Amino acid sequence: MREKATTLYIGPQHPGITGNMMVKVQVEGDTIVKARTEVGYLHRAFEKLQESRNWLQSFTLLCRFCVPEPDPVEESYARAVELLEGREVPERAKYIRVLMLELARMASYMLWYGGQNGSLGLYTMGQWSVGDRNYILDLFEELTGGRVYHMYIWPGGVRRDLPDGFADKVLRTMDYLEKRLKDYDDLMFENTIFQKRTQGVGIISKEKAVEWGVVGPVLRGCGIKSDIRIDDPYEVYDKLDFIVPTQEGGDIWARALVRRQEIRQSIRIIRQVIEKMPSGEFYNRIPNPHKWTLPKGDAYARTEATRGEVGMYIVSDGSTHPRRTHFRGAAYVHGITLLEDLLIGENVADISAIMNSLGTCPPEIER
Amino acid sequence: MSFFDLNGTLKPLTALKQFGKKPHTISYPKESKEAADRYRGLHFNDLDECIGCGNCSTICQNAAIDMIHIEGHDGKKGDSGLRPRVDNGRCCWCALCVEVCPTGSLSLTKDYLYVSEDPDSFLWTPGKDNPEGKEQISFFSTEETSLNVLDRVPMPELEGKERVKSFAEVVLGYNEAEARAEASRCISCGLCTEVCPEHMHIPEYINAIAAGNDADAVRIIYDNNPLPEMCGKVCTRRCEDVCAIASRGEALAIRWLKRYATETAVTADITREIVNPEIREANGKTVGIIGAGPSGLTAAYYLALRGYDVTIYESSAKAGGATMYGIPKYRLPIESLDKQIDYIKSIGVKINFNTKVGKDISFKEIYNKFDAVFMGVGFPDAWSLGVDGEDAKGSMQAFRYLYMINSGDKVDIGDKVIVVGGGNVAIDAARVSRRFGADVTILYRRRVEDMPADWEEIEGAEDEGVHIIPQGIPIKVHKDENGHVKSVEYLKAEMVPDPKGGRPKPVAIEGSNTIIEATAVMAAIGQMGDYSFLEKEFEDKIKIERGRFIVNEKQQTGDPKVFAGGDAVNRTADAISAIADGFRACKAIDEMLSA
Repeated sequence: MREKATTLYIGPQHPGITGNMMVKVQVEGDTIVKARTEVGYLHRAFEKLQESRNWLQSFTLLCRFCVPEPDPVEESYARAVELLEGREVPERAKYIRVLMLELARMASYMLWYGGQNGSLGLYTMGQWSVGDRNYILDLFEELTGGRVYHMYIWPGGVRRDLPDGFADKVLRTMDYLEKRLKDYDDLMFENTIFQKRTQGVGIISKEKAVEWGVVGPVLRGCGIKSDIRIDDPYEVYDKLDFIVPTQEGGDIWARALVRRQEIRQSIRIIRQVIEKMPSGEFYNRIPNPHKWTLPKGDAYARTEATRGEVGMYIVSDGSTHPRRTHFRGAAYVHGITLLEDLLIGENVADISAIMNSLGTCPPEIER
Repeated sequence: MSFFDLNGTLKPLTALKQFGKKPHTISYPKESKEAADRYRGLHFNDLDECIGCGNCSTICQNAAIDMIHIEGHDGKKGDSGLRPRVDNGRCCWCALCVEVCPTGSLSLTKDYLYVSEDPDSFLWTPGKDNPEGKEQISFFSTEETSLNVLDRVPMPELEGKERVKSFAEVVLGYNEAEARAEASRCISCGLCTEVCPEHMHIPEYINAIAAGNDADAVRIIYDNNPLPEMCGKVCTRRCEDVCAIASRGEALAIRWLKRYATETAVTADITREIVNPEIREANGKTVGIIGAGPSGLTAAYYLALRGYDVTIYESSAKAGGATMYGIPKYRLPIESLDKQIDYIKSIGVKINFNTKVGKDISFKEIYNKFDAVFMGVGFPDAWSLGVDGEDAKGSMQAFRYLYMINSGDKVDIGDKVIVVGGGNVAIDAARVSRRFGADVTILYRRRVEDMPADWEEIEGAEDEGVHIIPQGIPIKVHKDENGHVKSVEYLKAEMVPDPKGGRPKPVAIEGSNTIIEATAVMAAIGQMGDYSFLEKEFEDKIKIERGRFIVNEKQQTGDPKVFAGGDAVNRTADAISAIADGFRACKAIDEMLSA
């Protein structure tokens, strides 16, 4: 006898959801038969707002596209503007940007550690990783003046140079975090509960991943090697030595392993950046922001974030303000279309774990 | 995989080894975390350094900053008297306000904690409400990080050696790219407009130039100045003294930008075409104007636009007043002035040249003939030095000398000229004399930095080889046997501070007599008015005090029908003040006659 379907509303205020969005699921017993995402709780019309702000002013909106990892958005906007204007960026600034992006990647993944484990009831992990993430936030604070919203990467370079002794501090923090990763492994990847709850859950096939436009660690967790940093290198990634880890399986476990390996790669990149960073200018000063015009035309710059490819498309009519901007966010694909499909047939208890594994970011979906 | 996995069950228990370790959190509020040296916390503003330009408020996209009036900071030139107030409920601490602050007075501090139940208390005036913030400044801007463009686009000029060969214009003018670049430095704070006697719409026309709309710029400029090209070349530009960008860098070249815009209208006809002024239908009322100087021309132009029948009486052969006869042609070429005057005439202004009021026509006749009278008579006479031997041949008034040269007359100055004074007239006379091949020395009572002349003029004079002797007080002009100037004797002066806080005074040092040879001496220590054209009956009504007409805020004299402006009224004695007078008088006359 078929069980009667029940409708459940997960979110918008739910500890297992990655932000303010809702998933409306129909379950038969424990099994999901239908899932609908509902967004709209965080819409702030950032893209439209940018049209009423001059080319510089909108950079304070950018970091708010996705709270856990604001820097790739800042970077893609800055680079799009630079592409359109033909503005040179000093080499040192490019290295500092990569440093920022990789620190941001680590900070974001450490928050994900907390979320992924929390969704499975493993709360100690979150306390550790979020605590350790604060050491990265300390670095951000020292470099940019802000812990979470940095507003640091802007057209022409970065806002301030590294403070004295900063490089050593970064290296010390990297050494510490590298050691901690071993502790994390014991607590998480070696943990039977984690293994059993993630292996074979939320499987995305290779074909589907490509068909649906999945990107980032989610795609790499399907065994497909794809990373903007390698495929379309920006800043100075082409001068750095690192690998793009992939994992077969397409389940939560595979995605988690990819992320864990990427943290190691980030540490590797940061050490190289500190070693290779040239001295010199950190900022190619823009003109007076009130009267700064960009030539007519459009530009798109894409950046590899922890959610996957994010990109900023800007259109200029030659004036002091953007005519139109559009943000390509990975979270839209992962968090809406993919999630709705992926949940079907899964256990209702795994909704949160699957959402966390996809890197859905509701503020970015809606922006 | 078996259901029970020993390794996977025991491994997580290794977390227990963390027990007893020092936590990496702090126990707030017993301990608190000190913010980083660059932390972007609550604002602090150095109220004395701030000039109230409002650029912080303009750049803030959260509308978190408004400018409010606070006590004790008004009345200063170039200070709006306003100070930023931050709504900490709206602020996102991006510190763009800090990056664009032209003075660097605004900064962010390490202070980040503020708790209150009262939402209104989140409105702070940084600096006033948190004076202790000065000790905690963490995020600030420097000249390197400032988002203001501090360096001015250099103005191309003739070389000093080339200049003295002719009366060719020294300043060559910006080209289009240079003008756009210079205009784009402006932050549109409007402090300049406030201090401009005529309150020209400076940010607006600079905006137009920056955006590539030169014709718009010309129209905006002509809105309240009919002689803008003259101003664009020789204005005393008090606007630039207060330019916010000058707090850390070089002031916007406001004067050169006006010059650039107006020069794009190369003829009077093109000016007319661009400005395309609305001329009202003749209203049958008449206005007589004495003097075709800047104030008279301004009143005439705007009255003519308003439908009045305007007639100017000018004693000289050309219009322009002191700008025609006082300013040397290398600063203001005659073609430029003619173009502007032709344009004014094209509106319907009639000018009777070579008609001296009091001689060729009486003031009374004018008074009776017109519905209103405006006097822009200027200061035609000059002060003498009041020293022995000043009556020698070759001793002259610099102002008269410039008049004669500008009229095309020849003046014998020999090869050693001494100019006494430190104003623009002194510099002009010196630089003109250099162009006739003379060795020129300027003798000035005070220090070079005290000279009232435009600093660019002083630099220009020095570039052209003019020698300046500061702190020298002339006491005698020696004559040779023919009664001609032979030398000038002067005393050196020391600067004595003024106990009242005024500028230091020069006091002659006894026995420091020095004699320098000269073939001509020019006094340039000031001019005065000549009001002999006024009949007795008017002199009583139209009050004159300390050599100037007394007027009300509408430029109206003691006789309600008679208005006055220009040097004969205001102490600033510059063209832009005269233009402002003329414009005010026009509005007052219009108001009076259309009532």
